[in-house]
Amino acid sequence: MVVRVKVNDQWRDAEAWAGASLLTFLRDRLGLYGSKNACEQGECGSCSVWLDGTLVCSCLVLAAQAHGREVRTVEGVTASDRLHPIQEAFVEAGAVQCGFCTPGFVVAVADLLQKDPHPSPATVREALSGNLCRCTGYQKILDAVSLAAARMGGGT
Amino acid sequence: MEVLLPHSLDEALAMKAERPDAPPIAGGTDLMVDLNFGRRRPPSVIDLGHVGELASWHQENGHVILGAGLTYATIVREMPEFKPLVQASRSVGSPQIRNRGTVGGNLGTASPAGDALPVLAAYDADVVVRSRARGERAMPWHAFLTGPKKTALAPDELIIGARWPLRRGPGSFSKIGTRNAMVISVASVCLVVDEEDARVKVALGSVGPTILRATEAEQQIAAAMASSGAWQDPSITIPDQVIDEFGELVAAAAKPLDDVRGTAAYRRHGCRVLARRAIRWALNERRLPAWL
Repeated sequence: MVVRVKVNDQWRDAEAWAGASLLTFLRDRLGLYGSKNACEQGECGSCSVWLDGTLVCSCLVLAAQAHGREVRTVEGVTASDRLHPIQEAFVEAGAVQCGFCTPGFVVAVADLLQKDPHPSPATVREALSGNLCRCTGYQKILDAVSLAAARMGGGT
Repeated sequence: MEVLLPHSLDEALAMKAERPDAPPIAGGTDLMVDLNFGRRRPPSVIDLGHVGELASWHQENGHVILGAGLTYATIVREMPEFKPLVQASRSVGSPQIRNRGTVGGNLGTASPAGDALPVLAAYDADVVVRSRARGERAMPWHAFLTGPKKTALAPDELIIGARWPLRRGPGSFSKIGTRNAMVISVASVCLVVDEEDARVKVALGSVGPTILRATEAEQQIAAAMASSGAWQDPSITIPDQVIDEFGELVAAAAKPLDDVRGTAAYRRHGCRVLARRAIRWALNERRLPAWL
């Protein structure tokens, strides 16, 4: 079947097997390799994207379910060539080691800071509870979130 | 394989009638795992994502009617007055999972570890199902959940939602697992106090082939509250010994197995501890002034 999705503000369409996940569609059909394929069961958050503005694991969405809808991936967190402040904060805080989980974390952190520009430590932990990192031990990721929140200012 | 994309409930029911072997998909948090791992290859699936009728809730004639397509995130946002349900919903998976997973999915999958299920059991909920051929029918939760991953749903039916009578009184949901998120319950307890009927209702998850009610414990604590006058006067203290007996009766109601997530003995003990906590929380909440 042909699946047509608005990805990062552009309508794209491609052939997809009916049982394919949105994640494999993004990676294998549209060449968007930012969303990572790790657990394929919603445990790790590496494939996090927005579907109609809602944070989801793209491995648990059928590509067909995204037909006619809007998807934003980690490639779409910023329109410019520069890094997003969240990405800069991850680099500066040393929140990246192997880097495999990083795109999912960047998306989940951006989702959090959109809703809550100044989250409490408990809120950050709950918001990132669906993203696994096996390298950093998380503390530097939490540092990166604080740094990004402080820089982005949240308009208050 | 093909994906059917109905845009209304009637259309979905017509598709289900023609394709009884097509599983419905909503949030996909269960079915997609089976598809990704090649465990299931249904000839077709019916996407309920565009069936708006299923994704809402309302109150009607003293009942709550909760659509099968309501996500856990929506419950947390929109239903704060249903505290046990919100607590259970917030303990499901992660933010990503709660944004997609639905109560209908918990019902359809019928895992004894489905976190919404003990709450529906403690609420004495009915499960509402519908087919094109025979229309709508409702049955008590225990008639719907017939065993581990088994339900009374006919192949041409879809789950419409759950319905339960509105009752006044405190309650809670708590569960045991290895961490606070992304965890399948090792044991869970939902306790609901019904002030109007002077009853306490206790449902257990993950400690039996399906959800269990601890009826002896329910009767013991309600009777103790009646004989002490605590139903009328919440300031009357229930002795620790009565609370301990209640915990023992709840533990005795569990029918746990040993498995990879925990031993039967640990699960039974978990029920005991969670039950004692839950009844203490409820009794304390009854003592608070109504305006709090």
